[in-house]
Amino acid sequence: MITTLLGHPVVRLVAHRIAMGLVLLFAASLLIFVGTQILPGDVAQSILGQSATPQSLANLRAELGLNEPAVTRYISWLVGAMHGDLGTALTNGQDIAEAMGRRLGNTLFLASCAAIIAVPMALILGLVSVRYHRRWPDKVISGVTLASVSVPEFLLGYIVMFIMAVRLHAFPSVSTVYDSMSLLERLNAIALPVIVLVMVVLGHMMRMTRAAILNVMQSAYIETAELKGLRPFRIIWRHALPNAIAPVVNVVMLNLAYLVVGVVVVEVVFVYPGMGQYLVDHVAKRDVPVVQACGLVFAAVYIGLNMIADVVSILANPRLRHPK
Amino acid sequence: MSRIPLSALIGMVVTAAYFLAAIFADVISPYGYADVVGNVWDPVSAEHWLGTDSIGRDLLSRMIYGGQITIFVAAAATVLAFATGAFFGFLAAVSGGWVDQVLSRLVDLLMSIPALILALVILSVLPVSVPVLIGVMGLIESTRVFRLSRAVAVDVAVMDYVEAARLRGEGTIWVIFREILPNALSPLVAEAGLRFIFMVLFISTLSFLGLGVQPPLADWGGIVKENKEGIVYGIPAALIPAVAIATLAISVNLVADWVLTRTSSLKGGRG
Repeated sequence: MITTLLGHPVVRLVAHRIAMGLVLLFAASLLIFVGTQILPGDVAQSILGQSATPQSLANLRAELGLNEPAVTRYISWLVGAMHGDLGTALTNGQDIAEAMGRRLGNTLFLASCAAIIAVPMALILGLVSVRYHRRWPDKVISGVTLASVSVPEFLLGYIVMFIMAVRLHAFPSVSTVYDSMSLLERLNAIALPVIVLVMVVLGHMMRMTRAAILNVMQSAYIETAELKGLRPFRIIWRHALPNAIAPVVNVVMLNLAYLVVGVVVVEVVFVYPGMGQYLVDHVAKRDVPVVQACGLVFAAVYIGLNMIADVVSILANPRLRHPK
Repeated sequence: MSRIPLSALIGMVVTAAYFLAAIFADVISPYGYADVVGNVWDPVSAEHWLGTDSIGRDLLSRMIYGGQITIFVAAAATVLAFATGAFFGFLAAVSGGWVDQVLSRLVDLLMSIPALILALVILSVLPVSVPVLIGVMGLIESTRVFRLSRAVAVDVAVMDYVEAARLRGEGTIWVIFREILPNALSPLVAEAGLRFIFMVLFISTLSFLGLGVQPPLADWGGIVKENKEGIVYGIPAALIPAVAIATLAISVNLVADWVLTRTSSLKGGRG
């Protein structure tokens, strides 16, 4: 029984894809490490600046373990990271994993609030613009999304802040959150960053959904359904959508991955205590251990979401589920 | 040659206006970019068409010089991305075998980390200067160009005339530049527009985060950063670069769209 299950092509494909994801994550950790260690300009020098004395440089190098060979440092860093020990920050000596824990929670809370709103909206708008393909609803939706894609996240952030917080006084302009807040207060605080993130991903997601469904709409069985005289929404809902699930799920996952990056900038705009602000602050301070840890976490989330997208599209393909 | 559609025409005019303003910044800007000529955040007036910024510099002049930096950095990074990305993409497609495998897997790896995160990680250890920014942005972006040019070149590389060139005994470099490049040019030109816009957004974002162009110089992203405190008091100075970036992005998009449909209809209109 188990051998037949393991022999099933879907299981093999999924296992293969997950293994690929893990290999990629491992390689990404290597890339992040190499990128921050072997580039010209050593970390001690960049922390202390050009005017540092040789003695203080040597002390700092010893303190950071820079005298060890790079391979040893990489292995101890990776093993530590796998055990949840991300090292300590250079600037304040704090434990990185501890400082990151709450911020990661905040970021995921913000990103999932945005996703809960953006995903259904993008799917509905995508369906509407396919239904009215090349008529005015399609053109209006396409125009608005083109505009929102053309504006960088941080500017969208300030435009929303200017209109909603300064002119209309609807929501606070700065998203301060603390532990004793109730869920409702918390949602009120993050309303503006959520609106911005929704606008950022909605355009991409809607365009890609529209393209995926339009692609399916050109197949022969859709023409048959049309010739049978079915109503347009029924054709889209019963005939096009099931076949578009794999590409659409792919679109959603890619955009959630995109959301993770958009969060970095939006958090800085709204001074929200999340991972993005943590990363940007410490890049400016050249606090390499924190940057490495943040980079690793962001890469893991990004690779993970892409992996889920691939696995879902394997599972959604009936040809792979029921092999001949 | 068909008529140019109105949307593409508008796109071209606006794009050309921004580029001309960038090139002739010294001639057209009313004040120097670092001269303090008024009070903090003066409103729009006859002397200062866009008002003044957070320390009383003329905002229109800042915007013109900022546009010069933004467009220069973005254009240089785009050129670098295409020079490296397209060369290695063609090389991978022409060579095949292990060269293709190594290059493609390396690009997969670089693309597995989001571009902004990778840029931040690298910039945390490098001195932040304009050449470094162009290099980091261009090389990260070249992975996207690599994907496209490899895909295009794989189709071209199986053509009979490439086979003929190989049988004549031409080398890889000759095949890349004389056979593949001319036949892969049109999709790459359309892509260049989109990549350029992506670079404009990228440098603006980095500067806004304080990790791009450093003061006293400022690109459009930097101008947002300088004036962002004004937003809370209802001063819209920080929103002016938004208009500039968005209109530039949309107009380049319109031109690129037109180039893309025109070249695909030349190929028999299958697109």
